[in-house]
Amino acid sequence: MSAEAMNKTGAMNKTGTMNKTGTMDRLELKALISATADTIAAHAEELTTLDQAIGDGDHGLNMKRGFEAVRAEADKFAAKPLPDALTAIGTKLVMTVGGASGPLFGTLFMALGKEISPEPDRANLATAFGKAIEAVAARGKSQVGQKTMLDVLQPVHEALAEGKTPAEIVAVADRAADATVPMKALRGRASFLGDRSIGHMDAGARSTALLVRAVAETIEGRA
Amino acid sequence: MSNVGIVIVSHSPLVAEGTADMVRQMVGDEVPLAWCGGNGHGGLGTNVEAIMGAIDKAWSEAGVAILVDLGGAETNSEMAVEMIGEPRAQKIIVCNAPIVEGAVMAATEASGGASLREVVATAHELSPS
Repeated sequence: MSAEAMNKTGAMNKTGTMNKTGTMDRLELKALISATADTIAAHAEELTTLDQAIGDGDHGLNMKRGFEAVRAEADKFAAKPLPDALTAIGTKLVMTVGGASGPLFGTLFMALGKEISPEPDRANLATAFGKAIEAVAARGKSQVGQKTMLDVLQPVHEALAEGKTPAEIVAVADRAADATVPMKALRGRASFLGDRSIGHMDAGARSTALLVRAVAETIEGRA
Repeated sequence: MSNVGIVIVSHSPLVAEGTADMVRQMVGDEVPLAWCGGNGHGGLGTNVEAIMGAIDKAWSEAGVAILVDLGGAETNSEMAVEMIGEPRAQKIIVCNAPIVEGAVMAATEASGGASLREVVATAHELSPS
């Protein structure tokens, strides 16, 4: 893409925020891939520790493997139009994560790719994100309140639709992940523990909050 | 082969292979059979690509019944079926049944030439819901 074309399709402005049409260029997509892989790598041990408490203890390693596989092909993804890039990233996660998180996070990105427009504005992003959450819920046969990643995705979607700032959305995501601590797990390996799952944060909720922060801070230009 | 195929998907390659051994002991080579287990990186887990490969290996025009152990095996199997896509996807069913008993019962049913629906029903009888 030429510099001129990038401007026309909506390059980032100097502060790194989205321009007024809210579009995204390939440099930003590469930055997002890098930021998400960085945060998963930096928190892999923490995620594994959370998962060891009430799951099978592979979440950190699995997520790291998947996001590093995406990072390794960042140029290839960034060369595609945004919907195709998100779909391809989702497929890569499905193929590389290797746990239940693979299809769940993979579905999130694949469904987002299916619903998002090539140059999304906030309204389109919010709508597409809502549809992607529905796809994740269907894939996991789960719903909000069962101590899963949905418990972070849903409030983030609401904040997005309400026009909250990236910083506010990050705070919403962190609070939502914290709010899974007192919940009783009703899906996944943690549900086998019944009441003993209470008192621990859901690893998938935590990784979702980390991804939300990485994306929001990259878009805000504070990463 | 015209009999329904059986695919076994466990988090553990040892469980998957052992289950397949038990199925073979019961039905010999009368049923297309494939198994997969492990995350593809030497650890416990399930892997969509491996599941798609196992479905190919056990493919039958009569359909394929998949037996799984824990949640991730089911989620990854459903993902694999979706990625295989139509028209084959409508002939692949992920069973809600205990993996060992389900695989042996389903394969025994399949070896008699039963339809996919009958094979799956036999496995599901093991899981009162």
